[in-house]
Amino acid sequence: MEIAMPEAFEKFLLPAIPDLHRIDVYERNGGYAALRKALGMKPEEVTEEVKKSNLRGRGGACFPTGLKWTFMPKQTTKVKYLCANGDESEPGTFKDRQIFEFNPHLFIEGAVIAAYAMGISTIYVYVRGEYAKWIGLLQTAVDDAYARSYIGKNVLGSGFSTDLYIHRGAGAYICGEESALMTSIEGNRGYPRVKPPFPAQYGVWGCPTTINNIETLANVPLIISRGAEWYAKIGSPKHPGPILIGISGHVNKPGVYELPTGVLLTDIINDYAGGVPGNKKIKAVIPGGSSTMWLRGEELEGVRMDADSLKAAGSSIGTGGIIVMDEDTDLLRVITRIAHFYHHESCGQCTPCREGCGWMEKILKRFSGGNAAAGDIDLLLDVANNIEGNTICALGDAAAWPVQSFIRKFRHELEARITPSTGRTAPVKPPHLVTS
Amino acid sequence: MTTAAQAPQVQFSEANLRKLEEMRKRYPTKQALTLPVLWMAQEQFGWISGEVMKYIAGLLDLPVSHVLGVLSFYTMYNSRPVGKYHLQVCTNVSCMLRGSDRIMKHLSERLGIHEGETTADGRFTITEVECLGSCGTAPMLQVNNDFAENLTPEKLDRLMEGWK
Repeated sequence: MEIAMPEAFEKFLLPAIPDLHRIDVYERNGGYAALRKALGMKPEEVTEEVKKSNLRGRGGACFPTGLKWTFMPKQTTKVKYLCANGDESEPGTFKDRQIFEFNPHLFIEGAVIAAYAMGISTIYVYVRGEYAKWIGLLQTAVDDAYARSYIGKNVLGSGFSTDLYIHRGAGAYICGEESALMTSIEGNRGYPRVKPPFPAQYGVWGCPTTINNIETLANVPLIISRGAEWYAKIGSPKHPGPILIGISGHVNKPGVYELPTGVLLTDIINDYAGGVPGNKKIKAVIPGGSSTMWLRGEELEGVRMDADSLKAAGSSIGTGGIIVMDEDTDLLRVITRIAHFYHHESCGQCTPCREGCGWMEKILKRFSGGNAAAGDIDLLLDVANNIEGNTICALGDAAAWPVQSFIRKFRHELEARITPSTGRTAPVKPPHLVTS
Repeated sequence: MTTAAQAPQVQFSEANLRKLEEMRKRYPTKQALTLPVLWMAQEQFGWISGEVMKYIAGLLDLPVSHVLGVLSFYTMYNSRPVGKYHLQVCTNVSCMLRGSDRIMKHLSERLGIHEGETTADGRFTITEVECLGSCGTAPMLQVNNDFAENLTPEKLDRLMEGWK
């Protein structure tokens, strides 16, 4: 598939306009025109336009946004809610904070358009607790938008009303999972819920709820103002639009780059991010946040940053957070750190995840600690396989995938750390483990 | 809201009580205020003691066990006093690849405490934390509500001069 990449891609989400975070500057640059336009359309026409644009969620699951909106019941006596997900806790991901800082009104405008399309009267913006500074910046923008009637009662005299409140998280990765986010808003420990029922039927306080990522909502004004047809032509046809790609680790210019979907992974690393320091070779890349499957350095050629291309490469685009590791990296240390993270962040509801994540970390530490036996690699894989698919939410999968892909692609890294003299010929099996 | 039996040792400021009344309008249940009120309490009292938990439970008509349950789930609520400067060092992958070890070691040596400890003068607490969303400016740490990014031991030394 050939995708035309313009030399200089126009930036829509984070354009280089000074002080764009100020409402007057935002308005002068065409801000809130999309909201005015949307309010002149029928709500279902707005949803239809988003559907036609092929916008897919930017939070990791790539679900078609317009389709998600159609799941909301039209006839209901219940209050309907929109939860904007700004929990942004996936290691390697730091994009939504750029929107809060540099273009908060674009997000607010998108959220209000979404609320109008679905007949929603309350929007909660869930922002991770650590983003205190960005919560402050967003709150200023929200206050200004209220003052100019872009949010609140009778938005711009249209008769449509919606409120928008910021809800501050308090340090829990799991609250980025949509059902955990809802239980957290309700004032509980952030425990995910079994689906179905899906949020559109049974969301916060049992009411119809839609959860969209911050960046996803920031794309909505573009679709409304310029039209779905225009939008659908940006980047990869099946996963179009501008996308915020974060790149970190061993690159010269780490940061967030706004690019069309479908940009080559190697172009991002070598051109935009300035290549690897010291021109070292790349040993491994995590393409879309810590829960996505690893790629070997020699597998990057031709891989594009869109859902299909990364799927074909055996990984996923996730949150678009790329982590690059050079040839000198101790990959075992990295995968052990990731396993530690999921062990720490498992909410503890499901046994396979709560116990399995701990086991994975423990087994990986045997390799670095010099007491790993030959069978420990298969044991590690067995534990990962027993977590995947056996939990309420996707955190279990997110913990298993990096480990599974590590074993598949870097098994030799583990084999090199096996200690023949451990005295343990057979691995110690966790007693509860189901082996197949 | 509180009964005589729960007569609190602790009390929100007038400003916070007004803010609380304002926040009640945002949610259909009192329980939803658990996180916001814990934040308010932490900002006013510095940490959440048993007394504070009882006070919050009284304000929101919730069992104290619920407040404790929420408090203990989220890592940002302090259930113990922390230093005036709470240094939270990210050691997750992106920071690790860019030398968070050096930062942690430097801090630890300079302050003479380990991760999880507070200096005797109560000025500094070091905590190891998970990814803070600053991967492009790694390594980094969070000091109270602020981020200190693109750290080197030298930059850290300069910053610490300002943390009195």
